[in-house]
Amino acid sequence: MFANHLQQNLSEETVEKIPNRNGYGDGLLEAGKRDERVVALCCDLTESTRTNLFAEEFPNRFIQVGIAEQNMASVGSGMASMGKIPFIASYAMFSPGRNWEQVRTTIAYNNSNVKIVGAHAGISVGPDGATHQAIEDIAIMRVIPNMVVIAPSDIHEARKVTLAASKYDGPVYFRVGRSAVPVVTTPESPFEIGKAYRMYSRNESHERKVGIVVTGSLLFNALMVADKLNKENVGVSVLHMPTIKPLDTEALESFAVEHGVLVTMEEHSIIGGLGGAVAEHLSETVPTKIVRMGIKDVFGESGEPDELISHFGLDVKSLISAIKMLV
Amino acid sequence: MRYLTSEEIKALEQKANTLRQSVIEMLTEAGSGHTAGPLGMADVFTLLYFGVLKHDPKNPDWEERDRVVLSNGHICPILYATLAHAGYFPVEELMTLRKLGSRLQGHPHRGTLPGVETSSGPLGSGLSQAVGMALAERIDNPYSSKFIYCLTGDGELDEGQIWEALMLAGKEKLNNLIMIIDRNGIQIDGYTKDIMPLEPLAEKLESFNFDVQEVDGHNIRALNDAIGKAQSVYSQPSVIIAHTVASKGVDVFERDFRWHGNPPGKGPEDRVSKGEQEAVALRKLRTLAGTIEPQDIS
Repeated sequence: MFANHLQQNLSEETVEKIPNRNGYGDGLLEAGKRDERVVALCCDLTESTRTNLFAEEFPNRFIQVGIAEQNMASVGSGMASMGKIPFIASYAMFSPGRNWEQVRTTIAYNNSNVKIVGAHAGISVGPDGATHQAIEDIAIMRVIPNMVVIAPSDIHEARKVTLAASKYDGPVYFRVGRSAVPVVTTPESPFEIGKAYRMYSRNESHERKVGIVVTGSLLFNALMVADKLNKENVGVSVLHMPTIKPLDTEALESFAVEHGVLVTMEEHSIIGGLGGAVAEHLSETVPTKIVRMGIKDVFGESGEPDELISHFGLDVKSLISAIKMLV
Repeated sequence: MRYLTSEEIKALEQKANTLRQSVIEMLTEAGSGHTAGPLGMADVFTLLYFGVLKHDPKNPDWEERDRVVLSNGHICPILYATLAHAGYFPVEELMTLRKLGSRLQGHPHRGTLPGVETSSGPLGSGLSQAVGMALAERIDNPYSSKFIYCLTGDGELDEGQIWEALMLAGKEKLNNLIMIIDRNGIQIDGYTKDIMPLEPLAEKLESFNFDVQEVDGHNIRALNDAIGKAQSVYSQPSVIIAHTVASKGVDVFERDFRWHGNPPGKGPEDRVSKGEQEAVALRKLRTLAGTIEPQDIS
């Protein structure tokens, strides 16, 4: 059954869809109102990263850096060293893609209080194609010491992540997407950095069972998969891990023990992302069979977001067949 | 800007000489590290920390301090020697450079050593950080007299990020930003004019809307005047191209790019054998290349 803090009557036919980058825009504006130390930087993508809401309200605290992501990262570091709380935003492919070393050295090694916002993450960027589809960002951020890595699911969670990041002292990376994605959570759903949330609990009378560990906007598909499979006598639960680093190891270990078999789901390469993190941790603690669903070491391509999600096997139907082969 | 008397200039020159000796001793003990840049920038560092900066070595986090961002982190032996002699930490600690557990990392790490404003080493990112500091300061206090100094190498200007930062500084008219370029003409692989020609450098920087000055980087009075003028520029960021001699002070090391990344004891042997390099360097410095007797130096 669905967790009680989610939207009611979730279904593929009726679910509302909004880009989760809107949650960043709303959250940033709110964070800016709460704390005057919050500043925002952007690389000529102010509207599409939704930084524009903040920029219009606080023009004196917004820096238009131009198309220069490496500069933006280090300018952010410099501002943080003077006590500011900079949010630096661009497309994930460029920040933290292009400016990885500046993020590593001038932000993370300095333990600088900069928040890196990677927009247009994942393949659901759509028609722009592989050049703009970041499927490596979680991996390249997760490997950096001091860095917190988060992939919020929907608009409400993205807003909470933005506010939580503004209050957290240290570097944070979070990704949001371009396309409209299902609104799964509510303004009241809990979010804390570092916590995993059980979003669907299996029917315990089913003998066969599988645990889904999901991050980002695939949460909705994971929930639909769980709901359908529970009706087909497979006990499927969903553990949502918006925070990929630090990993909620306690929740993960007990989830693994309970289910015996796990499937990870993410709009990211199966190498180095959530699936990688889960596999690394459980192989040392609770060795568990894990199937990683994501982009299987290939580049994305052009197409409509939904077409691409299906093409890469991350739609509800494909996920169900993959799980059925397991149990 | 403060006028410096002849006595003060002389004292600063002697201080720079002392710092250079520390650099030689540190590098020899470490057995690795960069020699040419630290020796070449000793006069600039001396003037900044002993003549120009608002800072308090006993209170390194003092909010009102000027900021110095060392962008070319590999010349940190001169930063460390300067900070130690200014009182940020014990001079004896200089000999731990590059050793396991030391606060004196091979390239600077902020938070480890008092007085280090940022981690640097990967070239080209310091100016961006200085621009960020200058922007943040201006948001809080548009009439601030706090200056952000950024020291870069000249080979470092090959990095594209530098020009991104220059554009932003010019656009934002950051008059609280003063960039000082160590124009020693060398980089690891050779002379800058061969590796990647930078000239006409002054014109390039002017075209990025900077106020540009060129000075002899070893003439403390000229440097002080240039910094004073840079502080008084009202509507632009400033850059001072400090023409320096690589390995300045040790004539047998000077101008040779092979001293860029080698410590005494491991440098080129054409003029001094490896085993003699430290002793010769220290003797040269103590006697100002043989022009005076060691006992005359206070």
